[in-house]
Amino acid sequence: MKKLSLAEHSVRELNSALHDPQAMDGGTEWYVSDPDGRHALACGLNDELQVTIDGHAGYYCAGMNQHATVVVNGTVGVGVAENMMSGLVRVRGNASQSAGATGHGGLLVIEGNASARCGISMKGIDIVVGGDVGHMSAFMGQAGRLVVCGDAGEAFGDSIYEARLYVRGQVESLGADCIEKPMRDEHREELRGLLAHAGMDFDPSEFRRYGSARELYNFHVDNAGIEQGDSHE
Amino acid sequence: MSDRTEDWGLRESATFDRRTIHEIQRAADTGIYDIRGFGAKRHLPHFDDLLFLGASMSRYPLEGYREKCATDVVLGDRYASRPLHLDIPVTIAGMSFGALSANAKDALGRGASAVGTSTTTGDGGMTDEERGQSRTLVYQYLPSRYGMNPDHLRMADAIEVVLGQGAKPGGGGMLMGQKISDRVAEMRTLPAGIDQRSACRHPDWTGPDDLAIKIEELREITDWKTPVYIKVGASRTYYDVKLAVKSGADVVVLDGMQGGTAATQEVFIEHVGIPILAAIPQAVQALQEMGMHRRVQLIVSGGIRSGADVAKAMALGADAVGIGTAALIALGCNHPRWSEDYQRIGSEAGFYDDYQAGQDPAGISTQDPELAARLDPEQAGRRLANYLRVMTLEAQTIARACGKSHLHNLEPQDLVALNMEAAAMARVPLAGTEWVPGSTPG
Ligand SMILES: Cc1cc2nc3c(=O)[nH]c(=O)nc-3n(C[C@H](O)[C@H](O)[C@H](O)COP(=O)(O)O)c2cc1C
Repeated sequence: MKKLSLAEHSVRELNSALHDPQAMDGGTEWYVSDPDGRHALACGLNDELQVTIDGHAGYYCAGMNQHATVVVNGTVGVGVAENMMSGLVRVRGNASQSAGATGHGGLLVIEGNASARCGISMKGIDIVVGGDVGHMSAFMGQAGRLVVCGDAGEAFGDSIYEARLYVRGQVESLGADCIEKPMRDEHREELRGLLAHAGMDFDPSEFRRYGSARELYNFHVDNAGIEQGDSHE
Repeated sequence: MSDRTEDWGLRESATFDRRTIHEIQRAADTGIYDIRGFGAKRHLPHFDDLLFLGASMSRYPLEGYREKCATDVVLGDRYASRPLHLDIPVTIAGMSFGALSANAKDALGRGASAVGTSTTTGDGGMTDEERGQSRTLVYQYLPSRYGMNPDHLRMADAIEVVLGQGAKPGGGGMLMGQKISDRVAEMRTLPAGIDQRSACRHPDWTGPDDLAIKIEELREITDWKTPVYIKVGASRTYYDVKLAVKSGADVVVLDGMQGGTAATQEVFIEHVGIPILAAIPQAVQALQEMGMHRRVQLIVSGGIRSGADVAKAMALGADAVGIGTAALIALGCNHPRWSEDYQRIGSEAGFYDDYQAGQDPAGISTQDPELAARLDPEQAGRRLANYLRVMTLEAQTIARACGKSHLHNLEPQDLVALNMEAAAMARVPLAGTEWVPGSTPG
């Protein structure tokens, strides 16, 4: 296992080493210490690496991840695993806003709580949050699945497209065009798989499912309603 | 519409003219605002309101065909280890695949590459056609992040973080269902056929402090090789440019309210933002105050049509310009050969602006395979290359007449304004006077 301390090396040195398979000498396991909330750690990875960040990370940790597994033994700032394509990112603590934003694939696990806009504009990523998510989570969610084992904040799933949402606790309010949908066996099955993959020990039958009513999919006069604002823009 | 009405002694209201009346009727019929493409159509202070003072006794001109007047430009050398070197300062602005057909994107790439300039992707991601044909390709990073992909990010020659467009500062994109073909839907991860709205704010950062960190991430992902542009619609330009520079931009792209769009509410196009003429001096002032003029390059767009416009923009302090609408026209948009087809869909060559409708007879702003096949990318690419050559020759003609051996040597002192509005906005004197309205004397 390669070890690198961010007290001694720069973020640039860390990322350029992680971007260069040659620099690994064949090793794929990395242990990064002293992150101290630095930004853009382990972003743009493109190989099957196992990276452990031992401490708190700042913004955009593991951003645009492809193939790699990144584990953060701490909390993360804004946009963890934003636009992830594949691989696995696991946060042992809490996450700030926009966790997994616009992610296209892979699995993001947040063992603690996630703040506002978790899964905003998600495009295929799976996100499993052990605790709660903040307001506007899954805003404009296009595809992928968001599993919330705790509660969800206001305007959950606002302007949602085809993302699938599962919540075990309370939903403070649903956003425009987001509705509760029946949990059928196929959904319980899907959820069981996601929870198992994320290592969360919850019973799928305790969850409710939410998704798009698909009533804002076309611009017409009925969708220009004052009460939902100009939500087709 | 015939003007017989005037012969009959009828008086049209200047306030409620026929177009206004028609719009009220249309709104009453449908209950939804008008969405269209193209840029602002109203009359605005523009480059036409400026003139060059050619050389005579006090300045020497350069010999038309013999003396060198260079046109190249380097973009993005502030932080990036691989800045762009373009042969001409006229770039092709970001226009999405989705808004445009694959053939049109292909043609833009061919035309631009033939004369050594760049093209830009748009909302909806990078296509193989485009990467294949464009020697220098700028990859847009938009709020929607449709098709956003780190492999494409690494393949791009520059990254353009889009905060807004001149046609709709503060607004997000739209793409109407008619244009969401299966391929477009797949690239954007959306159901086919829906009316797509894209976000107007980025999902994972808000203010300039966050943007600085976002740019740091983009640089880390691309190993600090790739220039990062920030594109803003012209509104509070002085402040926006300062914040863009502070956020770490290598290049600022400034799009005036005349700038084209593929689909926006008419009310937005015509009533939000400021003309490019009013925005350039604000941007240049901001850059100069930060000691960054020419170090952070400025690309301006919004209604650029000719080499004269290019020269004027550069004299006001831009390093390069971008064109959208004019490039589409060069490819064949609004061409009279399609006159009958335009009439059939309620328009006419020279007026067509329904880019949102996907029925473009010229095969450019459409996803209909039959219409798209009307555009031959090779031929259209040649037309664009010709047009870009003409613009460059025109700009050189003017620069030589002003005694400049490089387009970048054009300066505000080469310009005067024809009217007070333009003089005040462009901050150059009214022709024949030394008066710059709005500037405090002494
Ligand atoms: C058909 C069309 C599509 C456009 N798509 C985008 C886009 O995806 N992203 C963007 O930043 N600007 C887009 N624009 C705006 C252009 O990048 C550019 O700012 C504008 O066209 C410049 O003004 P001009 O058309 O007067 O040259 C589009 C413009 C047109 C005409």
